[in-house]
Amino acid sequence: MKPNPKTNRLAHNARRHFGERLIEALLFITAAISVLTTIAIVYVLVSESIRFFQHVSLWDFLTDTQWTPLFDDAHFGIMVLISGTVVSAFVALSIAIPVGTTIAIYLSEFAGTRVREIAKPTLELLGGIPTIIFGYFALLMVTPLLQKFFPTLPGFSLLSAGIVMGIMIIPYITSLSEDAMRAVPMSLREGSYAIGSGKLHTAIHIVVPAAVSGLAASYILAISRAVGETMILAVAAGMQPNLTWNPAEPAATITSFIVQVALGDLPHGSIGYQTIFAAGLTLILITLCFNILGLWLRRKFREAY
Amino acid sequence: MTSDNTNPNTLTTAHLRKLIAKGKLKDRIFQIIGMLFLTAGLAVIFLLISDMVMRGWDRLSLDFFMNFASRRALQAGILSAWVGSLLVMAVTAFAAIPLGICAGVYLEEYAKRNWVTDLIEINITNLAAVPSIVYGLLALGIFVYALGFGQSILTAGLTLALLILPIIIVSTREAIRAIPTAIREGSMAAGATRWQTCRYHIIPYAMPGILTGIIIGLARAIGETAPIITIGALTFIAFLPPMPFTEISAGVTAAPFDWLMSPFTVLPIQIFNWTSRPDPAFEANAAAASFILMAMVLTMNCIAIWLRYKLRKNIRWQN
Repeated sequence: MKPNPKTNRLAHNARRHFGERLIEALLFITAAISVLTTIAIVYVLVSESIRFFQHVSLWDFLTDTQWTPLFDDAHFGIMVLISGTVVSAFVALSIAIPVGTTIAIYLSEFAGTRVREIAKPTLELLGGIPTIIFGYFALLMVTPLLQKFFPTLPGFSLLSAGIVMGIMIIPYITSLSEDAMRAVPMSLREGSYAIGSGKLHTAIHIVVPAAVSGLAASYILAISRAVGETMILAVAAGMQPNLTWNPAEPAATITSFIVQVALGDLPHGSIGYQTIFAAGLTLILITLCFNILGLWLRRKFREAY
Repeated sequence: MTSDNTNPNTLTTAHLRKLIAKGKLKDRIFQIIGMLFLTAGLAVIFLLISDMVMRGWDRLSLDFFMNFASRRALQAGILSAWVGSLLVMAVTAFAAIPLGICAGVYLEEYAKRNWVTDLIEINITNLAAVPSIVYGLLALGIFVYALGFGQSILTAGLTLALLILPIIIVSTREAIRAIPTAIREGSMAAGATRWQTCRYHIIPYAMPGILTGIIIGLARAIGETAPIITIGALTFIAFLPPMPFTEISAGVTAAPFDWLMSPFTVLPIQIFNWTSRPDPAFEANAAAASFILMAMVLTMNCIAIWLRYKLRKNIRWQN
């Protein structure tokens, strides 16, 4: 008997339909991995930190002025690590924000297409250099150079690590800020030129205010990078925990402390092992604060054309 | 310019000329400052490379590639480091490329606009801002201890894969978004299913853009140090992971995937180890190894930039 072509086609369709559903489900799972990653990060950090806080009170963690978790006389004052983190990030940002913004304004408002086409990808190369190489750069080139001007500067310092971190961050700021400024419609600039403003005046009084939400976003990203940066600090800032607000001193940051502990041989489940998760949780909370601030800033200053 | 306190009623041509000249001078000054900063930024790259070449030139020989790490600076090489880097990269690529492309395709071609999709999208944006060392802590908790992978090549590869997944997803989505709807409509009008449309049209057409993202992601992964140190990679390794089907010890043959579970080191960790030694003899080694790592990363980035540039020039979808 000849098969009925119609039912056959429908059977084929049903099979096809099943296969399609299966593939859609598989694709969904791959997309959901990002959510799983986040859940896993939170789970690992929080569960190990809970065990940590069973040994150490939160009050000690926040107020103690010493950080000696691996000594017999253990102290767990996270402010020590936070001070190093804040000082190095401050040094980095005070270089990266002015320089990065200036380059962005120059590229978006002054430079010709040719210069921009070449400069932007080349700057992106600067952002792609591995951070361990920047650490090498800070330790073996920038520190000796700074010591020529400030002979008292120690071999490890937050200053040279911060400066190099600033150089590393410049491309992020430039790239994002330039995109934001280029998105400002030409008519706004033309209006400004039409009443006789110069280029710089237009850039500062018209373009920058119009692009301020994009600029803020780039600064927030820069802060997150500076706070989370690890290898430059581990190599060039030294790893002695030191409660200081002076950039010319060596100090440990949250990230370099984690590296220091990971390099040693800590048994799984010991208090030292749990300490790095508490430090990691602090780090994540700090970056989270800045990300929320960034989101809020973007909402507040968003300009619609 | 209104910033000057000149009464508009008494503005003369001379006044205006002066104002314009002043504005132009400011423009000129700013232009010079901008150019200076830009050249300074670019000069850093050249300074870095030339310094590495000068310090490390003597060490850059075939022996340097073929020797294991050693206590004596002049005999130390990077054999275990570059082999380790390559193997870790292989695992990373094997995990991150299919996952990233599939997730990107799902979000662009399948996902409905609802809260689940929003959640996934917000998540991917946030993951891109998570410091890399936190991925190391994640891997330490999950891969090393919970799943029992140990401090192995597998753990390192999977960690870096998670780290670069957002980069690949985002670039896949951008590449797919550039393909006009007419392509999808044409394919489906000819009777193809949604997956067939993706498989035979969308993914191949988006491939150059996806490739750019993959290369940038892998270039990032190859230079990452912090998460690999956190999972406990050793800094001194004088052996290679077991080659498949070779004899490891008397009478024991390595299974095809034994190398996945082997301890390892990678180039950035080797560099970190050498820079943190007090003996300055190791500086030359660190410089030479840094130069090799930098050459690898810059080459990959250059390929990615070239691909992106070529892409923008050549493909013009007819609308």
